[in-house]
Formats: sequence, structure tokens, C-alpha cells
Amino acid sequence: MVTKFELNDDSVVVIIGTGAGGGVLANELAQKGVKVVALEAGGRYLPEDFVNDEWESFGQLAWTDARTTSGSWRVAKDFAGLPAWIVKAVGGTTTHWAGASIRFQEHEWKALSTYGNVDGANLLDWPIDATEMAPWYEKAETKLGVTRTGDRAGLPGNNNFKVFERGAKALGYNEVHTGRMAINSREYDDRMACQQTGFCFQGCKWGAKWSAAYTDIPRGEATGNLEVRERSHVARILHNEAGKVKGVEYFDKDGNLHLQKARIVCVAGNSFESPRLLLNSASSMFPNGLANSSGMVGKNYMRHTTGSVYAIFDKPVRMWRGTTMAGIVQDEARHDPSRGFVGGFELETLSLGLPFMAAFLNPGGWGRGFTTALDHYENMAGMWIVGEDMPQLNNGVTLSDVKDQYGLPVANVNFDDHPNDVAMRNYAYKRGIEMYEAVGATRAFPTPPYPSTHNLGTNRMSEKPEDGVVNKWGQSHDISNLFVSDGSQFTTGAAENPTLTIVALAIRQADFIAREMSANNI
Amino acid sequence: MTKIDRKGLTRRALLGRAIAAGALTVSGAGFIAAPDAAWALEVSVITPEQMATLLQMARDIYPHDQVGDRFYAVAVKGYDAEGAKEMVAAGISELNAAAQAIGHPDYLSIGWEEDRVKVLEAVEATAFFQTVRAGLVTGLYNQKNIWPIFGYQGESYSQGGYIDRGFDDIDWL
Ligand SMILES: Cc1cc2nc3c(=O)[nH]c(=O)nc-3n(C[C@H](O)[C@H](O)[C@H](O)COP(=O)(O)OP(=O)(O)OC[C@H]3O[C@@H](n4cnc5c(N)ncnc54)[C@H](O)[C@@H]3O)c2cc1C
Ligand code: SF4
Repeated sequence: MVTKFELNDDSVVVIIGTGAGGGVLANELAQKGVKVVALEAGGRYLPEDFVNDEWESFGQLAWTDARTTSGSWRVAKDFAGLPAWIVKAVGGTTTHWAGASIRFQEHEWKALSTYGNVDGANLLDWPIDATEMAPWYEKAETKLGVTRTGDRAGLPGNNNFKVFERGAKALGYNEVHTGRMAINSREYDDRMACQQTGFCFQGCKWGAKWSAAYTDIPRGEATGNLEVRERSHVARILHNEAGKVKGVEYFDKDGNLHLQKARIVCVAGNSFESPRLLLNSASSMFPNGLANSSGMVGKNYMRHTTGSVYAIFDKPVRMWRGTTMAGIVQDEARHDPSRGFVGGFELETLSLGLPFMAAFLNPGGWGRGFTTALDHYENMAGMWIVGEDMPQLNNGVTLSDVKDQYGLPVANVNFDDHPNDVAMRNYAYKRGIEMYEAVGATRAFPTPPYPSTHNLGTNRMSEKPEDGVVNKWGQSHDISNLFVSDGSQFTTGAAENPTLTIVALAIRQADFIAREMSANNI
Repeated sequence: MTKIDRKGLTRRALLGRAIAAGALTVSGAGFIAAPDAAWALEVSVITPEQMATLLQMARDIYPHDQVGDRFYAVAVKGYDAEGAKEMVAAGISELNAAAQAIGHPDYLSIGWEEDRVKVLEAVEATAFFQTVRAGLVTGLYNQKNIWPIFGYQGESYSQGGYIDRGFDDIDWL
């Protein structure tokens, strides 16, 4: 029997969203005996439900509720209604994700001190650092079973990796390997080893890749302390006269509105929905939205400086076979302004199937320039750039005039590249192309960024209340029983894929919340 | 041919079209067919000429010489519908007007792809062109039957992934 909590039970912690942040937090709290109601807008899909088919899987898992876009980024033109490629499902985007799990570098916790003031950027140091985070990273790596950490072996390299590695070595790169991946190279934690199926982005049918959907969430439920209510879309967070949050209003699958009372509310809807929810919860006491005395809710949106390089060879590569992203070059991740930009970037292998390649290789492109590239799909190799982008005040989420199916204003996502982002991307394109040319590529394609998969910073963490939305525990500066538990708390983005850090922060936050609850501080 | 003649087309113009359209036959009976009768596409709402034009447009937007017409036909057959009829009629007149502006009788009668591409470039910004192009991205490339032509193997779970089927079999590095 799955535990059920009463709507008017005001002793529960309500978590909104069950992805990397919310799903992990829910389990960690449940393991500590804290009662949790997790509300998830999406449905529940498990490995047996996942499909090895890009568009069908997209239809099954992706968040396709309305969003709008503005700004000069190309996504606003090519994918006006789809600023992000993220998931609406139990487990959130950890169903889709590729599993690359790397720690921030030490200096990246202190971006402002390290890089200095960058014109037009709103840089800030995190209120935490590498030493503080080290034990939490270790717990996160153990939870996710990250390869090349602990005593876990690396994954074997697939064809796409072999081409990538050869090119990297030819350019003199040293830190080249099959990545630190939340994908089992051997059986681990009751999940089997990777079968090199090649559909990591579509949900791993073997469960070899970690996802909250089939690890943390069922384990939390098994404690009897966690109730996950799927297809439950939170519309508003409510507060009392003392300015503390007291519950949330949500729509169930039939569109009926309910009020769930709460002792604590944790927002983990990813970086568009979390600020949207805080803004949509404005009241006479908080006319600019909850937790927004700084005006920073929805601001400083980061999406990583990305882009891809695909290249064609005179012989087959068959990059789609095997893990989607198990391959990395880390030499460029350092901070070295002599390259013409601050911060660094990672290069990671990437492959798309033919249907997605047609959609993303050059969105809007047509004619023989485009089709002759696809003609050689079998001979293609691919990589992805993930670099630190600059937080900017005007990049972010505001409420749009467009309303969703519940009549709630949707998120408008505005984004302009910072000159530092452009310089980094162009440099990375060049290096990526050189790598492939060193292996004999006959043609290379610097492919523009896809709809965002890494969404960060819109409720950022800060030492001082006037600089950001939450403190070093993810607790809002303004309202002590309101937390942010997802990637939106990132102060800066670093060069690394964000999920390991989101998970480490969630484990740490669970520890804090449980402690503060038993001390009766919240 | 009589039906087409009634619409004011000369037999010669029609033949010209059929040739330009990658040797498609616009038959009078409401369908277009491959000359070798390998496939045929029936139309009930839009005209066979309009369907032949859409098909040629599809080929010119995403030309893959190794991909047969029947795949392009599948990708555009959805425009043979009441809801699309007006858009198709208006869009094709625009397209033909653009062809006439550079001295051709209409789009389909242009012999060389590069000349047809000039016409497409002239209408590239129109909603009609963008709708047809965007529709093809999934309508064409998401047909499972064309994947093998590109070497893409699709679903792999049911075959146990590639762990024993060549995930690392590259032999030319
Ligand atoms: C294709 C792809 C590949 C990726 N690969 C990697 C990788 O290799 N490494 C890496 O580190 N990261 C990767 N990522 C990014 C990673 O998935 C995200 O960073 C991470 O999942 C974000 O966690 P989150 O908790 O912020 O949000 P999510 O995991 O997106 O979870 C948010 C959840 O909240 C729910 N929600 C939102 N609003 C509401 C509401 N109002 N009411 C109820 N529920 C709501 C959503 O439905 C969703 O389930 C990838 C992402 C994609 C799309
Ligand atoms: S390649 Fe490995 S991790 Fe990716 S989906 Fe297949 S089995 Fe899962």
C-alpha cells in the first residue's frame, strides 16, 4: 500500500517536481523519517515504458506545455515555443539525461573573485566552496554510481568515442576518457550494466543509467514516508499572515483544484517553472512574487555555452551505437583568459539519431548543403560543447501574456548571448573541428545550440539577501520555510554538466531541513 | 488526360510537367503515379497537379537522390485535406508566380533543380514554404522505412543493444 497523506496535514514537507533536485530530496528526507508529499506535473514512466524512438519518446516524456521566448538567441526563432528540452514526468529530466556527472572545479565556486568584473555580466561567488561540497559530492557519486569515482571502472569507448579520442590526442589533449558517467560499467546498486543500446536520451530501458524515476523515488516510497502524486500541477504557493508558506494549490489530472497544506515547501520544477511558480504566487504581502525582495527571481538565467560539432569521414563511424555521451576532453575546462574569454568548457561526445539530426543539425536549413550532410549520416561523428556562460540580469523568466491549460501565465524566456559566450563558443567550435580534421574529416559542421537542456540560475544562491533568492542551504532569504531545490539555485554555471551538483546540493539540503525541523527552527 | 485538358492545360505542358516532376505521371483520374507503376498516390481534395507540385517541392527542399519518390509522397500526402486545401492553392499560386517572375511557365516545368531552388528561395519567407519545410523534417525523416537508406539502425533494445553488435567495431582509425 502506498502511503497517503491528508490534504490538511500541515506537518508534511511538500516538494514541487521530482527531478534531479526534487526526486533526490524527497527520498533523502523520507529516509530520515520526514513525511513528504511530492507533487509532479507529469506521469510515471518506467524502463518498460521507455521507447527507442526519438520523436515518440519526446512525445512521451518532454515538457510541451506552452512557453514563449524572446531575445536574440537563435532558439527563439527556430523553436519559439520550445526554449528547453526537458521532461515532465516522475523523475523529471533524469529520465532524458545522458549521465555525464562531473564536479565543479575549485575556482568555479568563486567566479567573481576568479574572473573579476566582466562587463554586462552579473557574476557572483557562491556562498559555498569546494571543501564544503566535497563530502556531498562523494555521497552523490555513490548514489548515482558514477564511473571513474570510488572504485567504479570507466565505460568502454564506442565508435564515436574512438574517433573523438584519436582527434583529441592528435591535438595534444591529455585529459581524454570515457567520462564520469552515472551509467553502470558493471552491475551496481541493483541495476545492470550498460548494454550500449544508444538511447540514453530516451530513457534507459535497462536501468543501467541512473534516474530518480526508478531509484530514489520508489525507495523513498518504500519507507512509507513519501507520497508522490503524479499528474499534479502546482499553480500557486500560499502563505499566512506571518509571511510563512502554508501550502500549495494544485490541479489534479482531471483539472480539479486542491489545497495541500505544508510545514515546508521546496520548489524543484527546473529553472523555468520554479521562478514562474514564485512569480505566479504573488500576493498583497508579496506583490513581486514570493521570495523576491531582491528582484532576482527569474533573473540571471544560464544555459551553458553550448553548440555541437559534427564531422563526416570517408568511412563509417556509426556514432549512434552505444552510450550517447561517454567521452570527454577536459583540457579546455580551465580558466585561461589568454584564449579570449573567462571560464572554460568541456567537449563531450554526442550522437543523435537520424530523426533528431534532421531537426537539429541546422534548424531551418534546407537544400543540398543540408541533405548531403545527412546523406553521410553513417560516416558522422559528433561532439557537444558545454561551457560556462555569463549570468546576465536580463536573461531569464518573466510571466508571459500567454496562458496555459489552467489559465496561468506561462514562462517567457528571454536570452541574449554575452560576448564572452560567443567568444568561447567560436573558440570551442574551432578546436572541435580541428580535432576531427586531425582524424581526416572531409567536412565539419558547427551546429547551433539546441533548445536548452541545462537550465540554471533563475533563483540564485547568494551570501547577501540583496544579491539573490536563496541562502547557502537553498532556503529563501525572505521566507524561512520556503526552499529552492533544483538547478535554479545555481549562482554561476561552471563548465560542468549540472546534475551531479544538483544532486549533491539536494542531499545536503535534506540534511539541513531535517536538522532544522527537529530543532524546531522551521 | 482529358480531365486535365478541361482545366486548360495543353498536352505538351502536361508532359513537360510530368518530366520535370522526376518522371511522375499526373494522371487524369485523381492520382499521381510513378511511371513504372511502383506506387500511386490518390488525391481527393487537392488536384493531382498540386500534389505533384508539393512532391517536387519536397524533393527540392530535402533532395536525397537515393530516396525514392514514394517516401516524399508519404511526407506530403497529408496536404490532401479540406483543412489544407486553401493554403495549398494559395501557396502554389505564389510559387508559380515566383517561377513566372523569372521567366518560367510555372514551378513544375522548370527542368533543373538549381533553377527551381531559385524559385524556392524567392518564397522561402512565406508561411506556406515554412509549413511545408517544417512538416518534412518529421514527415520525411521520421519514416522508419527510410532509416536503412541512411544506414541508421533505429530501435536496438529488442536486439540486446550493441554490446555484442559492434558498438566499438570501427576498424579504420
Ligand atoms: C537530453 C538531455 C541530456 C542531458 N544530459 C545531462 C548530462 O549528461 N549530465 C548532466 O549533468 N545533466 C544533463 N542534462 C540536464 C539534467 O537533466 C538537468 O540538469 C536536471 O535534470 C535538472 O534537474 P531539476 O531538478 O532542476 O529539474 P528536472 O529534472 O527537470 O525536474 C523538474 C520536474 O518538475 C516538474 N514540475 C515543473 N513544474 C511543476 C509544477 N508547477 N508542478 C508540479 N511539477 C512541476 C517537471 O514536470 C519535472 O518533472 C540533460 C538534459 C537533457 C534534456
Ligand atoms: S547506452 Fe547504456 S545507458 Fe544508454 S540507454 Fe543504452 S544501456 Fe542505457
